[in-house]
Amino acid sequence: MTGQEIVFVPLGVVAVGAALLVVTTKQMVHAALWLVVTLGALAGMYLVLTAEFVAWVQVLIYVGAVVVLLLFGIMLTRAPIGRSADLDSGNRWIALAVAVATAALLVTVVVQGFRTAYVPLKPGGGSAEAMGAGVFRTWVLPFEVLSVLLLAALIGAIVLSRSDIGPGPDPGSDTGPGSGGGSRRKGDG
Amino acid sequence: MIALASLTVLSPFIAAVVGMLLGLRLSRLLETRGVPGHRVLRNGPAVIAVVASALATLFALIVAVTLWLDPGPREGTLTLIPTGTLPIAVGLQVDGLAAVVGLMVCCVALAVQVYSIAYLAEDPRYSSYAAFVSLFTSAMLLVVFAGDLLLLYVGWEVMGVCSYFLIGHHWEDRANSRAAVKAFLVTRTGDVGFLFGIFVLGVGAGTFQIDEVLRRVGDLPDTTVLAATLLLLAGVAGKSAQFPLHTWLPDAMAGPTPISALIHAATMVAAGIYVVARLYPAFLAAPTALAVLGVMAAISMLGAALAALAQSDLKRVLAYSTISQLAYMAAGLAVGTRSGAVFHLLTHGAFKALLFLAAGCVIYVTGSNLLRDYGGLREAMPITFWSMTIGFAALVGLPPVSGFFSKDAIIEAALHAESGIPGPVATIVYLTLLVTVAVTAAYATRAWLMTFFGTARTAFTPREAPRLMSWPVGILAVPTAILGFFGLGASELRPHLGSAALSLLLAGAGGYGAYAVWRRDPALDPARVLGPVRTTFERGFHVDDVYDRVVVAPVRALARAVVGVDDRVIDRAVESSAGVTRAFGGLLRRPQNGNPQTYLTGLLAGMAVIVLAVVIFV
Amino acid sequence: MHILYPLVVAALLFSIGVYGVLARRNAILVLMSVELMLNSVNLNLVTFDVWLRDRLHGGQVLTLFTIVIAAAEIGLGLAIVLLVFRNRESIDVDRLRALAESDAEPPADSVVERQGPAGQGDQVAVSSRRAPQ
Repeated sequence: MTGQEIVFVPLGVVAVGAALLVVTTKQMVHAALWLVVTLGALAGMYLVLTAEFVAWVQVLIYVGAVVVLLLFGIMLTRAPIGRSADLDSGNRWIALAVAVATAALLVTVVVQGFRTAYVPLKPGGGSAEAMGAGVFRTWVLPFEVLSVLLLAALIGAIVLSRSDIGPGPDPGSDTGPGSGGGSRRKGDG
Repeated sequence: MIALASLTVLSPFIAAVVGMLLGLRLSRLLETRGVPGHRVLRNGPAVIAVVASALATLFALIVAVTLWLDPGPREGTLTLIPTGTLPIAVGLQVDGLAAVVGLMVCCVALAVQVYSIAYLAEDPRYSSYAAFVSLFTSAMLLVVFAGDLLLLYVGWEVMGVCSYFLIGHHWEDRANSRAAVKAFLVTRTGDVGFLFGIFVLGVGAGTFQIDEVLRRVGDLPDTTVLAATLLLLAGVAGKSAQFPLHTWLPDAMAGPTPISALIHAATMVAAGIYVVARLYPAFLAAPTALAVLGVMAAISMLGAALAALAQSDLKRVLAYSTISQLAYMAAGLAVGTRSGAVFHLLTHGAFKALLFLAAGCVIYVTGSNLLRDYGGLREAMPITFWSMTIGFAALVGLPPVSGFFSKDAIIEAALHAESGIPGPVATIVYLTLLVTVAVTAAYATRAWLMTFFGTARTAFTPREAPRLMSWPVGILAVPTAILGFFGLGASELRPHLGSAALSLLLAGAGGYGAYAVWRRDPALDPARVLGPVRTTFERGFHVDDVYDRVVVAPVRALARAVVGVDDRVIDRAVESSAGVTRAFGGLLRRPQNGNPQTYLTGLLAGMAVIVLAVVIFV
Repeated sequence: MHILYPLVVAALLFSIGVYGVLARRNAILVLMSVELMLNSVNLNLVTFDVWLRDRLHGGQVLTLFTIVIAAAEIGLGLAIVLLVFRNRESIDVDRLRALAESDAEPPADSVVERQGPAGQGDQVAVSSRRAPQ
């Protein structure tokens, strides 16, 4: 076992353990925080795998942005703070069976397929320079398309969450009975 | 000649159609025009029917006279209907037999039509009644004149339908419609055999034309002829009300009395005998069939006469006497005297029509069908009395009225049977004929005495029936009286001293027996001396009960079982298949619960299975 | 380094994500599980990129793109979840049964839809005041 592996395995264990806690914890906020641990451990693994730029992007976007968004979501949906017993649906045993089957299948296939695959890690392969050259030279078209996608997602999210956009309600019916017409568009997040 | 015969057949048929369609309109037209005279003249359907019947009678008379002056069969074919195998010839055939029977049919039909005008004056459905009587007449004439077996069968079946409608004319009473259904079903039972008999005969002979068939009978295998004739006999027994298919006839009394006269004298029951006479060469070629006919006739003859002895209903007495008299004809055919049988058919047509129409007069006056309600009608109804006396005399076979001659011809022929039937059968037929003469005399005397003599047993106004009713009766008395003398022209129909004396002696004994019993107490029914067997006789030897047990009850049970199977097995299977489908659908619906998580679970599980299969097997 | 380590970790993470998606009721927790699955794919991408020594760094660039798409996805997903929450007062996935046949439990849903909780009253008033703009 090489030194890289010695670093990698604990990170992997942490990532998997934290991920298990994400899907089993009884508190929603804790789930978000365990998710941070998993993503952080993943960032560490990217570092070990010499993909340093990806690792920083991972920390920036995932840990910085996505988890914060999730926490916002938790708050806005008035999720229970503290332990709650009903975070799992009645489906959990079947889900467990499916998940175990998937895991067994994937691990078996991966082990059979890559038993002898070995990679010598050389630093610099995933540096910001290399990535920048790749993105803005070779992959510039997908990059631009992706920016359009982001714009679309942005507009979509705004349209979805704002209540005063879209087909305007009938003024007569809206001012009349009150709660009947207004309940669909109450709150604006 | 053939054109005249066709006109004879067609004029009542056209009258039936026209009367049904326009009869009531004609009534209204005559009413508004204010046609003078009796109101009968303003009864549209009756006018149409009577005119058509009179025309048919005229045509039949011309046919008969022509044929008498220039004998010899004539035939004509209108068209051939190709069927792929044997063509059906739409054609008529006229010979002496057809001409006289056709004339008899027309005369009786005319008398019945005239009589019905008064008898059913108040009937609301007179137009359909008159139309069906016309159609009935037409169908019988078709049977008589048909030159092709299948054409004959058409007339035969139309008669069955008409009898159904006419017997059930007063269908408001449930018993009447039941009697109609019974008549239809029983005759239909025989008709199945008849149809197959026609097929066997026609296919065997290679043609359905009657004269051709009869010409080729000699070349046919014996078994074919035997099978055909036996099958035909089933139809004959059904239509002519012979044992064991006779039970519909007494019940058919539910119909109006003129219909009884028509059915019993001229049309329905005569058809069976006529067909045997028509196809007589075929029957002669199969002595076994004739023996069966003889036995059948013997049973019907004596049984019906005994049953007539105990009936309390005048019309039923006459109905059983019809069965008995038809059995005479059948016996005559069985023992080989076709002319005697046909002779008796004619005289019977005359006197039975007379008796029924006269009985109708009695019923009209007294308002009852039952013998025990009558009595002392002799003075009040002279025409009816004398006519009926002649009729009963003919029925018994007293000289010099017609029945004596025809009956004597049959008895004489039975003594030395020449048709080739086995000797014992001939002997049985002969003895039964003689015994039946005595019994006939007894029941005729009983009915006669109870109706016209003694004192009235219930309250009614004794008077003569309307002229429209009594006159046809009186007119029918003339042929009843003198028809027998026509037989003197043929040597085989002349009375023989020995058998005449013997039958007269027996008839006298029977008649005197009834008279002696009646004289002891004219107020009572002479049938009381029969004692315990009276009920048996009255119920017609319980044949109906036996049929009820053997046929009706099992059929009903089968029908109930079928209904039960339909209810409990088929319906339940259908219903439970719906239930199974619903349950299965419910089972399938369970996963379709709207929860996307379960959908996704199923999706991923299925994917895992597929991947597993790929990993393992590829 | 043996390539099996990152691959097995990725497979386990993916399976855990599957379990989370299938077993969690709360839609936000489901989204978190989806993130886990996405990340396992990212790990695979990076691993194979390194293993194959891709000169164009396709794997790592694609990982970057995936991260961006995941960010967009989480934004849209949360917007949808919030909309659902506003309409139904619940983001429990197994209670959103509008896909089922109508006779399953339509009254429960429609009742929830009609009657907001008491605390929403003033917001209703605000929105109806704002609506005619």
